[in-house]
Amino acid sequence: MSGVMLAGPAALQSASEARLMWLRFCRHRLAMFGMVVVLLMYLIAIFAEFVAPCAPDKSNARLVFHPPQAIHLLDRADDGWHLRPYVYAVRLARDPVTLAPTYVADNRKVYLRLFAHGDAYRMWTLFPASLHLLAPENPRDSVFLLGGDRQGRDMLSRIIYGARASLSIGLLGVANSLLLGIVFGGLSGFLGGRVDWLIQRVIEFIISLPTIPIWLALAAALPKNWSPFATYFTITLIISLIGWTELARVVRGRFLALRSESFVTAAWLDGCGRGRIIFRHMLPSLTSHIIASVTLAIPVMILAETALSFLGVGLRPPAISWGALLQEAQNVQSIASAPWLLLPGAAVAITVMALNFLGDGLRDAADPHGQ
Amino acid sequence: MARFITRRLLGMIPFIFLVSITVFLLIKLTPGDFVSNYAASLAASGETVDDAMLASMRARYGLDQPLLIQYWDWISGVARGDFGYSFEWQQPVVSLIGERIGLTLVLSLSTLFFTWAIALPIGVYSAVRRYSIGDYIFTFLGFVGLAVPGFLIGLVLMFVGVSVFHTDVGGLFSPTYTNAPWSIARVGDLLKHLWVPMIILGVSGAASLIRIMRANLLDQLNQPYVDTARAKGLSELTLLVRYPIRVALNPFVSTLGFILPQLVSGSVIISIVLNLPTAGPLLLQALLGQDQYLAGAFLLLLCAMTVIGTLLSDILLALLDPRIRFQ
Repeated sequence: MSGVMLAGPAALQSASEARLMWLRFCRHRLAMFGMVVVLLMYLIAIFAEFVAPCAPDKSNARLVFHPPQAIHLLDRADDGWHLRPYVYAVRLARDPVTLAPTYVADNRKVYLRLFAHGDAYRMWTLFPASLHLLAPENPRDSVFLLGGDRQGRDMLSRIIYGARASLSIGLLGVANSLLLGIVFGGLSGFLGGRVDWLIQRVIEFIISLPTIPIWLALAAALPKNWSPFATYFTITLIISLIGWTELARVVRGRFLALRSESFVTAAWLDGCGRGRIIFRHMLPSLTSHIIASVTLAIPVMILAETALSFLGVGLRPPAISWGALLQEAQNVQSIASAPWLLLPGAAVAITVMALNFLGDGLRDAADPHGQ
Repeated sequence: MARFITRRLLGMIPFIFLVSITVFLLIKLTPGDFVSNYAASLAASGETVDDAMLASMRARYGLDQPLLIQYWDWISGVARGDFGYSFEWQQPVVSLIGERIGLTLVLSLSTLFFTWAIALPIGVYSAVRRYSIGDYIFTFLGFVGLAVPGFLIGLVLMFVGVSVFHTDVGGLFSPTYTNAPWSIARVGDLLKHLWVPMIILGVSGAASLIRIMRANLLDQLNQPYVDTARAKGLSELTLLVRYPIRVALNPFVSTLGFILPQLVSGSVIISIVLNLPTAGPLLLQALLGQDQYLAGAFLLLLCAMTVIGTLLSDILLALLDPRIRFQ
């Protein structure tokens, strides 16, 4: 509210539609919060190599199911307290009675440093580098902030790399759906008549089908020897094959509503051509709604990818995505001994929730008749 | 009303026909077929593969026929109640799917009632006591419910069950009743296990229904007719139940059309996680093993279930709202 108040009535009257939308959006605190989280997630995904403490596939057979380590910030040395983050190392030992491997506390401290040099990588597969946001001072040490998996790989690094596939599938899938949705929804809304009837029946048909069995059938048909890259794109296509219907409905509905708006009639009467009316007058008032629906469609795609990969028909290891990581948590025994295997699920939940908040805020802001 | 139902029933026929074609294409989409899979597994285990035997297997299962004939054989069989033969289980498909489809239906329908039973009162409460602490709590829980995938809730519950209560929350029956014939005791056992998958499956649906109900009711609450009724001295509860809730119920009922496909769809993945004897696990196995008639039967019945659900919701909506009947 304060933003609008400060701007004052005079400034408000001359504000553009986009500026008004932004002001309405700023009033929605949860949505702002969601936006920050989403941006952060996408930044992490983009700079995964740098943000991750180590390489995602660095395995160590002696660090299997390594428990998560807590970061301590203040270190006590002989000359007082220092701000120097460290974790306590743990050591693998055998239980003397059952011979089961267990981790025991080790008082050795593993010091961490911001912008430390660690595992070498190629940034975006282009530039060789070895700088990490947070890594052990001694590159020979390893740190497991969120625990290790069945092959002693760092869960945190894997979740960070997994964000790449999971988040980009959301964007790509939505881009596909948007294309289909705008083409079919626009045709349906603009042409009306038989075309509209046919497209609407097709959409109803697709909506009335249970999505997961259909996705399963489509995804199970993918040959297993395809490269991860090909699988990735096909899965994106499969997911958007169903997601476009919702967007098409939104586009059509808005088109129909706008067609009878007085400003469109005014444009007709002024002698504007069809193209100018669609692109100059109708499309700008559509975009805000489309942006909002697109934001709400991304989480659906992310959840779909997670579900498919979790069931083993989506992205398969060695490809890393949150769903593929959750495959490790498929049976009770492994969850019971290493609950941190469920953490990729938390990443999914946080992202999806933030996207939902963001989308809700955008939708409210896009509605010019809202308060 | 009868005319409306007849019209909708007739409209179903092309729908079901389309469903059957879609399903058939889906199960035929996989490169190779069951026989080539079988040959590959034979070769992998080091046995010699006899081409003549493979050809005779193809002929026996009708896999060497053109697609159109295969479709006709399949769909005419389905019409007679014969869903074909499962290659992997060496059994008629009907004997494999019967109970599983039934249990899927039981699970989906009971979840549907559960979602409605909790979403309706909570949605009304959230709208009437807008911006109260309760409203905020339910809104927050609703967002969480929408964001956390059902199978994850299932995994967490299984983890809690094992580590805290030392029980397995999976399955729909106790070991004693797993293979027992149907009896009152077995139904009781089913009810004792049903609530876990029901809650997991219902959470996201309930979350979206609460939001829909809240938004609809909020639209109604500041209408002039509500003020009129209040001015005439109706008690708040009678007023709510008699006017705004009835109107707000309309979009709520129409969501049945998409909630049911969601439930059936969600039940597939949750039953794989919780290892329920419903359609999910066997469907996945059949799809992966290219056991096409088994997969086809499941897909067809699941799709038919949701299409019929959509039809029922339309009829329910027409009963509730006369405007729809006379459109």
